[in-house]
Amino acid sequence: MSDDPLITPRAVHGRAPDVFHPGGWVPMKEYPLREPVDFVVIGTGAGGGPLIARLAEYGYSVIGFDAGPYFRPLEDFASDEASQSQLFWTDERLVDGANPLKMGANNSGRAVGGSTVHYAMVSLRFRPEWFRSRTLLGYGTDWPLDWREMWRYYVQAERDLSIAGPVSYPWGPKRPRYPYRAHEINGAAEVLARGAEAMGYKWAETPLATVSAPRGDSPSCVYRGFCRVGCSTNAKQSQLVTYIPRALAAGAEIRDLAMVGRIEVDAAGRACGVHYHRNGAWHFQAARNVIVAGYAIETPRLLLNSATDRFRDGLANSSGLVGRYLMTQSNQAVYGVMDEMVRWNKGPPSLTITEHWNYDDRKDFHGGYCWMAQGPLPVEWSAAMSGSRKLWGARLREKMADYNHQVGLKMVGEMLPHPDNRVSLANEKDRYGLPVARVTYSWHDNDKAMIQHALGEMQRSLELVGAKDIWRQENDTNHLAGTARMGNDRKSSVVNADCRSWDIPNLWICDGSVFPTTGGVNPSLTITAIALRTADRIQMLQQTGQLNF
Amino acid sequence: MTERNRYPGYDVLAKRHSLSWNDATRKVMDARLGVPREPRFLRQMEWDTLVAICERIIPQPQNRPPIPLAAYIDQKLQNDARNGFRNAALPPQREAWKKGLAAFEAEACLRYEHSFHNLKERQQDELLHRAETGQSDASVWSGMDASLFFSEHVMSDIIAAYYAHPTSWNEIGFGGPAGPRGYVRMQNGRRDPWEPVEAGPGDETRVRRENQRVR
Repeated sequence: MSDDPLITPRAVHGRAPDVFHPGGWVPMKEYPLREPVDFVVIGTGAGGGPLIARLAEYGYSVIGFDAGPYFRPLEDFASDEASQSQLFWTDERLVDGANPLKMGANNSGRAVGGSTVHYAMVSLRFRPEWFRSRTLLGYGTDWPLDWREMWRYYVQAERDLSIAGPVSYPWGPKRPRYPYRAHEINGAAEVLARGAEAMGYKWAETPLATVSAPRGDSPSCVYRGFCRVGCSTNAKQSQLVTYIPRALAAGAEIRDLAMVGRIEVDAAGRACGVHYHRNGAWHFQAARNVIVAGYAIETPRLLLNSATDRFRDGLANSSGLVGRYLMTQSNQAVYGVMDEMVRWNKGPPSLTITEHWNYDDRKDFHGGYCWMAQGPLPVEWSAAMSGSRKLWGARLREKMADYNHQVGLKMVGEMLPHPDNRVSLANEKDRYGLPVARVTYSWHDNDKAMIQHALGEMQRSLELVGAKDIWRQENDTNHLAGTARMGNDRKSSVVNADCRSWDIPNLWICDGSVFPTTGGVNPSLTITAIALRTADRIQMLQQTGQLNF
Repeated sequence: MTERNRYPGYDVLAKRHSLSWNDATRKVMDARLGVPREPRFLRQMEWDTLVAICERIIPQPQNRPPIPLAAYIDQKLQNDARNGFRNAALPPQREAWKKGLAAFEAEACLRYEHSFHNLKERQQDELLHRAETGQSDASVWSGMDASLFFSEHVMSDIIAAYYAHPTSWNEIGFGGPAGPRGYVRMQNGRRDPWEPVEAGPGDETRVRRENQRVR
């Protein structure tokens, strides 16, 4: 039988890959198809991973489904951008609108562990006020979550992921010191620090989910710099090497290469299981609860594709909001060339950060943004130079030769929620015969104002450190959020604070799609914190008789 | 074409057996270097046009074997390996490439009465530039947006293929594969012994010797 993880499932016959030992296996419980399990979780990334682990640790029977392969990083991961695109969701999605999104590397994952297998590991907390941005800051919409409670779950997530960060973080309310010491900064990150100091702004070592000292079977980060195409040493604390092994040890089952195409609803209007495609055929897994954790494209797509006569507009969609209020984050950058050799590809790509404009409200637009140091690998860098700077021909090769002298600052900015930015179903079908997602996105005036502000600030910062040949990358976006927003009432949201859908009491949604607003920092730590909270709430609801199965 | 070699003597492939490469990396690099040089998906006429386009998008120096860019595009189409998204105004990539190559050829015949691959470089650049800026002759593009095709496929696919090849890493001084060894010296101006040295004016001979020791 093939050992190609993209072709043949690996988590079968009562065992799953031991990601820490080449050729090794760990025992895995397997559940029968017809016997309903307590929870089916669809997606194993930043939301699904911790949920599967925590629910299993609470003693529930849980199966985690992922459409992607079960990789063994030590054996399967090359130091190579092109071939490691195997980690991205490359099935077709249609993009349109005034500012069509680019999908793939920045905002998708298709693997056990989801996009945490290839994310840049940036692990930031939301500014507390963002959870009540409508009331306190006058834009967006309030979350149904209290920041103090979230603060506790951030601590838990940071411990579980052994976040390496500074002793004292310069923005926001006091937080405990990070579990692991901050990483040494590289040349590109030092340029951010010098620029920030010249502007009178604070900067910090970016809190990162890669260990700065050994932890269990994970060795210290060796600064390969290929983080965004998968960590081949297991220093990165992705879900694949943290929560998923915990989940297996606690009795959860993982089904890899298992694409869920439809959630089944019974005559009483309750979710009763999922239809999934694995090993060339469709199967049905019965379940008492279904949790969707497929992120902001696949989650609404699955809910919409699961429409029935009773739920004609898709599941959990009586509000009509499934797929709506899609948000991305603005990811514009300013680049320049230094006289000295920088070699910006060494180490994690974003070793320093300034959150200055997340916490300073003296600006003429809503929302906030941070910026971070950059270190793209050659293919990604050439895509910026060609796609944004419009270089080709001899001039492209000439400018690419400055690679080792290059530095850059890249924003992560809060785009505001709009109902017309959305995910819907296209007429085209994918390889499973399921309608593909159509992703419609347009920037609005506030988004554009923020981008211009950030570009000006980042450019000034590079000028102050003496960078030359400065240019602006005006068109990039990255992380996603929204499409199944949480809220306080069933008319204006899809799920409540517990990620439980208003319409179907045993259908839950727990990933970045529940975000009502997206904040000016990378979303993964907040997704994980929400998932940890949801697991606790599920146990509490069941113990107090508010959840019966 | 003569151009200054910034990293003389550096060959990233010399590190193949070092701790900077693992088995998975060696496997994918072997496959990349062994790409079939003949078209499997495209027909000969389309292939000739594609080869000529690649030579203009990334003109390569004469003093080393060229990176076979057209072969990577054909391979991508043969495998139908997609990028994960498609502008709704474009057809799927196989159809887009076939239409686009036919359009460049048709426009060459219309405007210059020669096949695209037989045009002078200046004329080829002219047609590419027209596509890039949306000034192509709409009648030969059969409804496809030339400018979108140029940015989403011509630029993006060809340039990605070039900078995925070790030969391009030599010319930009990229350290290349780096696992499991990684790097030690993180500060500006510091070089790990397995990274290339950049030559300044006049020190090419010394730098070449140093780069030949990079493993």
